[in-house]
Amino acid sequence: MMTPASAETRARRADLRRGYGFVAPALVWTAAFFALPIAITAVWSLFTRSGRTRDTSLSLANYERFFATPGFLSALVNSLEVAAIVTVVSVLLAYPLAWLIAFRVPARWQRLALILAILPFWTSYIVRSYAWLLVLAPNGVVNQALMATGLVAEPVSIAYSRTATVIGFVHFFTMLAALTIYASLVQINPRLLQAAGDLGASAVQTFWRVTLPLSASGVAVGAFLTFLITIGDYITPQILGGNTDVVLPQLILFQITRRGDIPFAAAMSLVLMVVISVVYILAARRLRMRT
Amino acid sequence: MTGGKGFARLIAVVAALAAFYVFIYLPVAVLVLFSFHAGTVPVPPFEGPTLEWYAEVLGNGRVTDGIFNSILVGALSSLLAAGLGFLAAYGMARHSPPGSTVIQAAIMMPLTMSYLVIGLGLLILFSSLGFGKSLWLVGIGHVVINLPLCFAIIVSQLGGHQAALERAARDLGASEFQVIARVTVPLIWPALFAAFCLAFTFSWDEFVIAFLLTSFDVTLPVVIWSMLRTGLNPETNAAGTLVFLVSLAVAVAFELAISRRKGTSP
Repeated sequence: MMTPASAETRARRADLRRGYGFVAPALVWTAAFFALPIAITAVWSLFTRSGRTRDTSLSLANYERFFATPGFLSALVNSLEVAAIVTVVSVLLAYPLAWLIAFRVPARWQRLALILAILPFWTSYIVRSYAWLLVLAPNGVVNQALMATGLVAEPVSIAYSRTATVIGFVHFFTMLAALTIYASLVQINPRLLQAAGDLGASAVQTFWRVTLPLSASGVAVGAFLTFLITIGDYITPQILGGNTDVVLPQLILFQITRRGDIPFAAAMSLVLMVVISVVYILAARRLRMRT
Repeated sequence: MTGGKGFARLIAVVAALAAFYVFIYLPVAVLVLFSFHAGTVPVPPFEGPTLEWYAEVLGNGRVTDGIFNSILVGALSSLLAAGLGFLAAYGMARHSPPGSTVIQAAIMMPLTMSYLVIGLGLLILFSSLGFGKSLWLVGIGHVVINLPLCFAIIVSQLGGHQAALERAARDLGASEFQVIARVTVPLIWPALFAAFCLAFTFSWDEFVIAFLLTSFDVTLPVVIWSMLRTGLNPETNAAGTLVFLVSLAVAVAFELAISRRKGTSP
């Protein structure tokens, strides 16, 4: 004999089992091919390379080597600097672009304007960096234009420098941040802006006291994505920056492919992971506070 | 806005937007233009046009192999990522097991991590298990990075109005499998297709994981990477233009799936 209550409990339990059953494949995949590899990377970072094999006795030697060698440590500093510069410049460019599209382009053209603004987003990441190399090369489009106008006599060397890296990154992330900022700008109720005007606020005051605070979440999300992707990227600094002002991902790839020192690469990638996690946790907390 | 002031403002807006679009389109325009360049170095002045470099690229066995490998890895890994993402999203939305927030956070975790960290982790894992590098491993890595995206897209589209139809089907005696196959999937296929397209474009474009986990059979981004060693070269421009066209086609399909979804949902 079953009481109605126990039948219900049973049904609820079956429901739960099914729920976990559906979720399980994705969880198992993430555990096996994301969490486990990172755990093994952490263990390997405590090994040291000895000749062509590995010394599997655990030590912090790789970390000591990283933090004690100015050449290695400066890569981490470069990474943080480049990511910070790129984030600030991208947001400063993306905000006016998104604002123009949201408030100055007629409603029926807005979707087209936005799609046009992010279309090159779909070019291959490697190809986009290569394309900037074409533009910034000593005999490239920018230099030839500058020389034709007589602004400079000799080609300006922009390619293979931190400036080139920053330009390549900023191009990509201006598009991304414009998208997130636009999304928050169009959600602002136009009546709020009208009310501010009716209460005597100037256009500038309305912008600083109403529009900007209400679009802060879009700015924050764009900045957050920009920083996280920039600091972990290898392609743009390698193609556009070359071997000047090397960033951490370049150093990691160099240790893997040229030196074959996987334990040291593992230690540096763990440093990178910790930086990304700290930024993520700080930003996620702030973002949650806002919403 | 009246008279001269309004007109001046309009000009300012158009000029500002034009400046942004020039910045955004400059590299793409230079890339595409100089893929038709008749000289051997893709810098001004432009000579041509010629289709020579496209013939060269399409006759280059490494490039065509790379395209084939990229489509294979992209299609299979995106199918699996969309499938696993759908199952997880369905389980979360319809059975809401306890600990949902933790499960969701666990599934979304790889999204914030650098591909380099993920790729190195897989390299160490598989080499310590004794597996050689192969396209299969790249596919596994691409499922890892795309699963969170697919899950997020699909879970956002599993709304209440489908739940009512599913309940009706269940009340009429359909099993859960029948409900999924004949009610849920047909109702949300635009979201599934959008998830697949987005995953495909990410896989199609992904470099670091593919670079670390392959040796002989490689994907297209790795082929293009090795072409960059020769410096500025119109053949690379032609290859890059072709890659852009494919990504664009998939992106348009994605956009259509999304807008169709918006058009049909009540």
